[in-house]
Formats: sequence, structure tokens, C-alpha cells
Amino acid sequence: MTKGLTKINLVALTFGFAFLYIPILILVFFSFNESRLVNVWGGFSLKWYGELFRNDDLLGAAWVSLILAAATSTLSVVLGTVAGFVMARFTSFRGRTLFSGMIYAPLVMPEVITGLSLLLLFVSIDWGRGLGTMIIAHTSFCMSYVAVVVQSRLVSFDRSIEEAAQDLGATPFKTFFVITLPVIAPALVSGWLLSFTLSLDNVVITSFTSGPGWDTLPVKIFSAVKLGVKPEINALSTIMILIVAVGVVVASLIQKRAMVERQRAERLAAAANE
Amino acid sequence: MNTATAARVPFEPWKDPQAKPYIRIVNVTKTFGDFVAVDNLSIDIYQREFFSLLGPSGCGKTTLLRMLAGFERPTSGRIELDGVDMSTVPPYERPVNMMFQSYALFPHMTVEENIAFGLRQDRVPKDERNARVEEMLGLVQLSKFAKRKPHQLSGGQRQRVALARSLVKKPKMLLLDEPLGALDKKLREQTQFELMNIQEQVGITFVIVTHDQEEAMTVSSRIAVMNHGRIAQVATPTEIYEFPNSRYVAEFIGDVNVFEGRLSEAAADHVRIAPVGGGGEIYVDRGTSAAQGATVWAAIRPEKIDVALTPPTDPSVNCIEGTVWDIGYLGNLTIYHVRLADGRKMTAAVANRTRLREQPITWDDTVYLTWAPDSAVVLVS
Repeated sequence: MTKGLTKINLVALTFGFAFLYIPILILVFFSFNESRLVNVWGGFSLKWYGELFRNDDLLGAAWVSLILAAATSTLSVVLGTVAGFVMARFTSFRGRTLFSGMIYAPLVMPEVITGLSLLLLFVSIDWGRGLGTMIIAHTSFCMSYVAVVVQSRLVSFDRSIEEAAQDLGATPFKTFFVITLPVIAPALVSGWLLSFTLSLDNVVITSFTSGPGWDTLPVKIFSAVKLGVKPEINALSTIMILIVAVGVVVASLIQKRAMVERQRAERLAAAANE
Repeated sequence: MNTATAARVPFEPWKDPQAKPYIRIVNVTKTFGDFVAVDNLSIDIYQREFFSLLGPSGCGKTTLLRMLAGFERPTSGRIELDGVDMSTVPPYERPVNMMFQSYALFPHMTVEENIAFGLRQDRVPKDERNARVEEMLGLVQLSKFAKRKPHQLSGGQRQRVALARSLVKKPKMLLLDEPLGALDKKLREQTQFELMNIQEQVGITFVIVTHDQEEAMTVSSRIAVMNHGRIAQVATPTEIYEFPNSRYVAEFIGDVNVFEGRLSEAAADHVRIAPVGGGGEIYVDRGTSAAQGATVWAAIRPEKIDVALTPPTDPSVNCIEGTVWDIGYLGNLTIYHVRLADGRKMTAAVANRTRLREQPITWDDTVYLTWAPDSAVVLVS
């Protein structure tokens, strides 16, 4: 194996990255465009960013999106943890296969179907559409992701630590909150973040279940683009890319630091063992 | 200690008819579906004993331990601790603690917090709690590591934290599930002795599960050898080794040569056994319960057999002739695998008391295996 890049590798790499990132780079590039036309370069300017922060409509939609995503992911973590717990811990009960199928179904169900059926439900029980209906709709698919994450964490969970807690005098109920939850907390955090991002960029289910005045950011962008792409949207997208990029970098830095810390601790333990 | 010799009373409460058992396991059966894990088993364990449950995997020893801890309920039968029926008491209300095979330390708590956990559940006041945690840390020599998390400790240190955590509540009985299984050989041997010292210091009744017979022999006051959910034999290490009650026990504990034979002479104080494969009769200077003519087995430990190049001068000595098949030199011992005339093999272990033998025994030599009349054990099952 050679460490350096051969010519073929270099070409393949270039094409691969180009395919993935040129569209995004073009978007970022044109967000700094002076011109009103999206695809004609008229010189560098930050004016669309300024426009964006004066656009109450978009800022309001962004606010709705954040509230919706936060509420959805919190509710999803609670319900998804309960479901994941049952899936991991109760391996044989009547209807388990059906239950697990029903947990996974929302992951593969076409969003149009989910959205439509929820809309029909809300209409038939005459529930006015708004933030509440959107939270319910988003939770109905996000909790499945959390359930999967929590279940896979619990499968590798050493149950003897729960037994040890009970052996030392903690009731099963207390054991769950004092031992089980803190140990699986990282899975809950990643489930929460996953739900947050899924909820934040959902368009289809949102447009079925949102009410007037409750447009979320992606829905707003989607309907705005139908009337032609405005440079403002480019600016907004650039900001979103920046936020995601910062998030990813910070998360990986934290992870790396934890790993270094862990290796140091292991070396320390090994040295103490001598 | 100077008074030690004077006060040296052997610790054998099981021989004392006045002694009351501390833990009574009475006709306990545990089934999982069709599988019988523990089969109508009864044992009495006395206070301050270091009691081992020994057996191969799947013999029910761990299930029995988990029933003592309260994680499993007996299908039938009773478990009494200090006169109280424990069968339906949940684990978090039993005055019993357990040290888990995986140690089961709480990964998100420091060593100190791990040890204090049990006391917190009992709402022990803070000052007393700290004092007892400190005492335990001192007992297992981990005071320096109080603030570390479990993943910052070596295997041996984790094992000691687990021990401290299970002792801090001063349980009436401590259960240990393969406590030394995860340690390497040298550390394990050292820790066995530490464990015995700690048990003597704290004076708590220990019940240990192990599949390692050497470990059980080293630490125990008594051993229960288990097989398929039943007790094969309960006795002290010496009795188990020297006087096993069945071929199963004899073969499970240490190495042994077993000869099947017919009881040709059964007197009250001695027996003679005619081996099935022929050869000279085996003389044993103890009686047996089997009747004359019955099929029995004679078991002889390898280290009780002497290997010589010349036949014994006394013709009444137990002796078998064979050729050396294989030699294993272990340093302290030399193991000879000897092939007998009828093709069977016998193992003899000879201590290397001198550096070099005057006349070394080598492959294909004809040798005479001899053993004393009190060396063999007659087994009827």
C-alpha cells in the first residue's frame, strides 16, 4: 500500500468531491453577489445578509422551526426511550414482532402517506392545525429513530450493573434513573440531536400538518423558491451550512478530546498495574 | 502472634451438632422451562465460612448464587438466612451483597461514589458514610485512587473496588461470582490470599462460585462440588481431594488414575481389587460399602505413585509394570505417562528433589509403578 496519492486516485478524489460540493460552493458564492440575478455575478456584497435580517417573515419562520424542532426532539426522546427499552429488554411477549414492525414502519413509510393520514386524522377529529399538530406529526417519525438508537445502545448494556445497584439496595425504579439513564445518556443526546435535525428540515409532513401562520423555515424557502430563487435564500442557506459545519466540527473535536483523555487514562491504569 | 498456637481451635462448625447453620438451602429446585438448573438441592452453610460452589459451566452453581442474591426465585424449596426465609425477599431488601464476575462497577461514578452507593441507599449519615468508605478504601489499598473513574483503573484495581463496594454494607453474606476469573494467573494467586485475609478480618460469610478447582481448594473452608444441578460432594478441600466419593469428584478435582475392577476381597479393614484389564490385585487398607464381587473403581493420584527402574523388593506392595510413553518435565515435578501391558496409560508425578537423577528414566524404559496401601481410594460410583 502506498501512502501518497497516485494520479488515478487524485483524479477520482477530485471528481468525487467536485460532484458533492460544487453545487454548495456555487450557492455560497452567489450569496455574496451584488446583483439581484442569482446566476450573474455583479460584484461582492453582503447586502443580502442584511436583507435577510430585516425579513421578519423568514425570521419568524426560523423561530417556529426551532421551537418545533426542540419540542419534537424532547418528546421523541421520552417516547423513543420507552419504546427502545421495551424492544431491548422484553424479548418475548405476545405481539413483539408486530410491535417492532410498527416501530420501524415510520422510518420507511413514504412521507406523503404519513402526512396525508395525519392530516385526515386532524380533520376528522376537528383539531385546528398549528404548532401542536406539527409537534405530534414530527414526533411520530422522530421517535422511531430515537427508539432504534436507544435499543442498539441497550443491547450492548451490561445488565449486571443494574443488578449491582439493586443488590446494593436501590429499587428497580430508582436503578433506572440513577444507573441506567446516566449510562445511556450519550445515546439519548444523539437521539435528541438526530430528531432535531430531522424535524428542522422536514418539508412534506410539515406542509400537510401546519396551519396558517405556522410556516416553518424549510416550507417558507420551498414556497419562496417556487416564485424564483432570491439571493436572500442563498444567504440564508449559507448561514445554515455554517451552523451545521460548526456543529459537526465541535462535535468531532469533543469526541477526539474524549478519546485522547481515555487513552491517557488507560495508559495511567496500565502503568499503575506494573 | 504468640498466642496463636494456644488458641488454635480448628474451624469446623459443620462437625459440631450444636452449631446452628447460618444459611440453609432446603430442597431448592429451579427450572427454566424444561431445563432443570438446580435439582432439589440442600446445603447448610455456617457463619464465617468461606464456602465454594465448584463445578463445570452449566452445573447450576451460578443459578444457585443468583437465588441466594435474590435475582432468581426458587421454583420450589426455601432459602433461610439467619433463621429468616429469604425466598420472596427482593434483592434490594436482602442483607446480602454480591461481587459480580464483570465487577459491574458504575462507569459514571468515581471509585468513592461506587463504594458509597450502597450506604446512600440506606441513608447512612454523611460523616459515617465517608468514614466507612475510607475504611474500605484502606482495606483494599486503594485510598490513592478514590477520585478515579472505573475506566482509569487496571483489572486488579477494579476487582478490589468491586470487593470494597460489596463489603461496605457489612452484609450477612457475601456472594462472589468467579471473582478472580478476569485476572491473570499470577495476580489471581496473589489475590486469593488477599481475599482470605480480608474475609478473616471482616468476619463475613463468603459464598464463592468458581470453576477453578485450585482456587476453590486454596480459599475454601468447604467445597460443594456440583454436577447437573445436584451436589456431588460437600467436604473440606482435603477430604474432597483425598477421599472423593465418586469418579466424578475424583476426576474433576486434580488428575487421577482410575482402574475399574472387581472387588475380590472385602474385609472391614482392607479390600483387594482385581483390575478388569488383568495385572496384579490392588490392595487398599480401608474398607468399603460395596459387597464382594461388585464392580468398583480404584483411584490413585499421580503424585502418590513412585516410579522405579527396578521391581520392589517387597512383593506385597502394589506394583504395576509398564514402559515409559511420554515424559513431561515441569521443573518442580516430572510427569511420566506409562503404558501398561494391556495398553492402558497411567500417570505418575514425581517431585524433583535432587537436581539430576543418578540414573535418569527415559523413553521406552521398563519401569515399576508402586504405591502405598493407603494411597488408593475405592469408589463405588
